[in-house]
Amino acid sequence: MDAFDQLIGGFATALTPGNLMFALLGVLLGTAIGVLPGIGPAMTVALLLPLTFGLDVVPALIMFAGIYYGGMYGGSTTSILLNTPGESASVVTAVEGNKMARSGRAAQALATAAIGSFVAGTIATLLLALVAPTIARLAVQIGAPDYFAVMVLAFIAVTSVLGSSRVRGLASLGLGLTIGLVGIDATSGQQRLTFGVPELADGIDVVVVAVGLFAVGEALWTAAHLRRRPIEVIPTGAARMNREDFRRSWKPWLRGTAIGFPFGAIPAGGAEIPTFLSYVTEKKLSKHPEEFGHGAIEGVAGPEATNNASAAGGLVPLLTLGIPTTATAAVILAAIESYGIEPGPRLFDTEPELVWGLIASLFIGNTALLLLNLPLAPLWAKLLRIPRSYLYAGILFFSSLGAYAANASPFDLLLLLVMGGLGFMMRRYGLPVLPAIIGAILGPFAEERLRQALQISNGDPAGLLTPVSGTVYVVVALILLWPLVRLLLPRKAAVPVLSDAVHEIEEAHAHHGLTEAVSVERPVDGDDRTR
Amino acid sequence: MSTAAHHEEQKEQGRSELGVALFLGALGALVIVQALLLPESLIARGPVGPRTVPLVVGGLLLAVAAFLAADVLRGGRGEPEGGEDIDLTGRSDWLTIGMLVAAFAANALLIEPLGWPVSGAILFWGSAFALGSRHYIRDAVIAVVLSVGTWYLFVLGLSTALPVGILEGIL
Repeated sequence: MDAFDQLIGGFATALTPGNLMFALLGVLLGTAIGVLPGIGPAMTVALLLPLTFGLDVVPALIMFAGIYYGGMYGGSTTSILLNTPGESASVVTAVEGNKMARSGRAAQALATAAIGSFVAGTIATLLLALVAPTIARLAVQIGAPDYFAVMVLAFIAVTSVLGSSRVRGLASLGLGLTIGLVGIDATSGQQRLTFGVPELADGIDVVVVAVGLFAVGEALWTAAHLRRRPIEVIPTGAARMNREDFRRSWKPWLRGTAIGFPFGAIPAGGAEIPTFLSYVTEKKLSKHPEEFGHGAIEGVAGPEATNNASAAGGLVPLLTLGIPTTATAAVILAAIESYGIEPGPRLFDTEPELVWGLIASLFIGNTALLLLNLPLAPLWAKLLRIPRSYLYAGILFFSSLGAYAANASPFDLLLLLVMGGLGFMMRRYGLPVLPAIIGAILGPFAEERLRQALQISNGDPAGLLTPVSGTVYVVVALILLWPLVRLLLPRKAAVPVLSDAVHEIEEAHAHHGLTEAVSVERPVDGDDRTR
Repeated sequence: MSTAAHHEEQKEQGRSELGVALFLGALGALVIVQALLLPESLIARGPVGPRTVPLVVGGLLLAVAAFLAADVLRGGRGEPEGGEDIDLTGRSDWLTIGMLVAAFAANALLIEPLGWPVSGAILFWGSAFALGSRHYIRDAVIAVVLSVGTWYLFVLGLSTALPVGILEGIL
């Protein structure tokens, strides 16, 4: 087995003492930062990106793998102990996990999340190692028009997350694409949207965009509405679970993995849909459906496993096509790019040491996560009590540090503030941040592919249509026109589990938002759900 | 809060959200105008020049602005982002924001003349003050430890240059 030999080689890379240390350091830092309230995995990765600037590419990415998993686990801890989902994928964990914690079962909730993440992460990384080389081989054969189509799909998918306003998603995408346009156009040498400012000629650094929109925007937004009272953190001992908890958790872990990996691997807008699907599935299959909503362990085990499996699945399009499907993956793409490496199907041929070292360190990071986090849970719970003034001052401090270290330019700090202001506005008016990040990072790639495709076809737009891209465009059209399509579908045609999941997502959005979110795409009153 | 005041606030949010649509529309127009002003390039390769994509993106922004305005006029509202540390019942606290922006801008302007160990400490101390911390001495100690510590970490540990500024020769 070819992939197997390669993987062994990857372990040889990852297990050198230096690289092993970077993997462990990444897990530790990732968890420590990710556990801080208000900081989701994507922000963790963006904030810690500068730490890897001085490193070689292999140790840097290995450390990144640790940060990635650590940040995700940290987010779950926060959800369970504080009921504050760092990003939409942990909303379900917050629902059931926090209920468990409130009824005195915090240790069990943390344990099933940690072990479930480990099980799902390990299986999903194995699947990644098996599937990715094959996809990369197939992907080498697809051309610029197909790439462009898949990128369009990625754009549309992130803007159309269920239950949120599509207009606002597209607005965010447009802002991101505009940011991506700034700078010298590579093919013609023309300056676009630079307004004669020399610092803008090279474009806006993605670190500045990501850190500004996520971290600075979040800090400013929270500061404007800071709740000035002590917060309530549920105390916990070391994470542990008994045989009964195991008996109830292992099936949800495996089912969660099966749901999460494929959803992560397709550009379908991140881990929100699969985590809800897993939640609804577990609720249906559980022998204790009455416990759901009051802290059912299956409701934590399934979605947490799904979340992790979907994160590993997200690395498939990232490593094989260079297309990120989540904010975190977008930041990792930016990191890989900053080393002058272009992610894509050839990565497996040109940088085998890097790719397989990265995959091997995912296994190592995952194991380290389990070993560290079961005993360290009480310590992470303490971190949650950090005074808010220090927390957000620290976020601004480290954001500035990272943005400055990227290019050693004070101008970037002012740009960071502008991005932070933009992030503030987006949070104020309910524009999702993720489409802007994906637009800014992926936009320039998409333009390059579009122009390549049209160069080959001599300007004929028909050159954009191939069998592959045509299929992708049909999917794009279906997503865009979904509200109309849904009206045309016969009522029974919708898969019941799926429509349940949609319902749960809309409920959760209504529950977490404090003002009412209304948008023009909401289904007309009295449609299919009344019966 | 009385219902009347609540309604007043809702109405105000409606009006200000039209500002978002206006911003998107203006940005779209700017992108389009800027693209049309690009001079013809002699070295451009291929039939698609540097204008096409900006025109499409500008068009997208204009269309989204129109749809958003229509949505807002029909009563749609963006949902402000919630969170455990966020209390959405009051208005935005612009004084805190102003102080944070001042601390942030001070760092941007002072990082090269004074160096990161000083400007970073100002940033942290100022932000903590803005966010309501009144332990002046403790904040200052934390700020200096953080800024000097990260300076050493980056320069010695990560071999990334950070400006040393007025402390040159001391650190």
